[in-house]
Amino acid sequence: MQKSIDISGQLRASRRRENIAGYVFMTPALLFFVGFVIFPMGMCLVTSFFNYTMTDFTFIGIQNYVEAFNSPIFRRAFMNTLRIVVVSVPTVCLFSLWVASVTYDMNDRYTSFFRITFYLPVVMGSVAIAVVWKLILRKDDGILTTVLQMLGLNLQPRFGWLGSPSTALWFIITILFTTSIGQPIVLYISALANMDHSLVEAANVDGATKMQTFWRIKWPQIMPTTLYILVITTINSFQCFALIELLTSGGPNHSTDTIMYYIYKVSLDAPYRYGYGSAMGVLLAIIIAIFSAIQFKYAQTDNG
Amino acid sequence: MDRSVQKVTVYRVVCIILLIILVLLFMFPLYWMITSSFKNGPAINANPPIWFPGAEHRTLDNYHTIMQRPIWRWLFNTVFICGTSMLFTCIASTMGGYALAKKKFTGRKLLFSLFVAAMALPKQVILIPLLKQMAFMKLSNTLWGVILPTVGWPFGVFLMKQFSETVPDEMLEAAKIDGANETRTFTQIVLPLVKPGIGALAIFTFISTWNDYFLQLIMLNESRVQTLSLGIAKTMAEFNINMGPLIAGAVLSAVPILTVFLIFQKYFTRGITMGAVKG
Repeated sequence: MQKSIDISGQLRASRRRENIAGYVFMTPALLFFVGFVIFPMGMCLVTSFFNYTMTDFTFIGIQNYVEAFNSPIFRRAFMNTLRIVVVSVPTVCLFSLWVASVTYDMNDRYTSFFRITFYLPVVMGSVAIAVVWKLILRKDDGILTTVLQMLGLNLQPRFGWLGSPSTALWFIITILFTTSIGQPIVLYISALANMDHSLVEAANVDGATKMQTFWRIKWPQIMPTTLYILVITTINSFQCFALIELLTSGGPNHSTDTIMYYIYKVSLDAPYRYGYGSAMGVLLAIIIAIFSAIQFKYAQTDNG
Repeated sequence: MDRSVQKVTVYRVVCIILLIILVLLFMFPLYWMITSSFKNGPAINANPPIWFPGAEHRTLDNYHTIMQRPIWRWLFNTVFICGTSMLFTCIASTMGGYALAKKKFTGRKLLFSLFVAAMALPKQVILIPLLKQMAFMKLSNTLWGVILPTVGWPFGVFLMKQFSETVPDEMLEAAKIDGANETRTFTQIVLPLVKPGIGALAIFTFISTWNDYFLQLIMLNESRVQTLSLGIAKTMAEFNINMGPLIAGAVLSAVPILTVFLIFQKYFTRGITMGAVKG
């Protein structure tokens, strides 16, 4: 027993070792994270206060933000984005919860069959999805129009499904839906399968109805998953871009412009207004943060 | 009691029938894409539609036409981007995740919050500044312009932290007492235990990088650096009237990644669900 060891010194040495080891292990991740996520985020914030184009870089304060708020195109893009979010988030959540609750207690093979099927559109990638829907929705001779005609329904608008402001956004929402439910279904299946089933059984013994069991026993248990799904679906819907770029290019007449698509247009088409684009990017980030915060708040009070 | 059992069964049967109809609807675009890619010009948009193309409608011309493009180059670019991103992400995230979970260094909590907060922010809003940054670093129109930001995305670190939490502290303590240094502890004890996590992260990164269309679109402008899906997308306007070659291209861009997904889907699913725990 050597009591003479300087314990505090030893502790300090071990803490220092932990610090060094910790940061050495963190170095690769930090390098990429700071260099290619944090730094550009900072740059986004900074350039949003500048009139920044190919030829110009002058500080203009909050002028870009003022312009965004006053721009009817931005407002329209915002409303379209909001419409996508408001329609797709609840439908995606409810639909995937339904699919998961029907399939989660099946034989493993069937469960993974359904899981894979609904995941396929996500994996196929936006480009393949866009191409096939372009084919299906083609004006006059696409299969949707011809099948409807065979049923005696001449529903196609004059400029085609994607060429008419009244239908274009709805088809974007539908296609987005097919590519959005894969992940929520996987998450819900795993949440339902990992539930505490003894509670469900106890409720059944006590004669609870199916509805009661669901809302009182199962729902609170899958609440964290629901919250996560709400947040990721909201973020994904807010960022809807690829389908728009590939299918409608924001048209006809800006009826399918979303914030993300508009940012892209403003920044990468002449006159390349990076500053203005960055300001709208910051606004989008703030809007998403607000939405996520509301969902967290709501989900927590709902739970407690 | 009897009645309620029967009611449940009826409800279930209705649900399953509905589900099967939905599955057919979901499979239809895939089916339509694959069959259309083998149809000749008039058959593609025939009225009435040709559901099952017979020999007289079939052709390989669409594939011949699209193969005139640098498809192999694009495929190589895509695989290079996805493979390299996957490798770097796995290395950086495994090390970082382990440090965040098990090393009690100063600033650990703050760093972790930063990673989580960044994950909640929309990735796409940083792409415009990234574009300028890549131009400044002379990496515009190179595959690295896509790879570096992909590796920087914090999801991997977050996922691997979750996995590293499961490594028992006692094992790390025991290794320390046995005199193993940090490198040895990491490679001999931590790595084998988090291997399933690395597998999940690898396949997840590969697939999501393959499908990150926006990043590829803004970073890669020249045909020689383009990816499969981007290259195909750029031919969209050209094959507007006769869509055949474009559809064949879409099939070519989807088949490799669908194959990868089907082979590794178990790991993939694990990656998604682990990421959500305590999300």
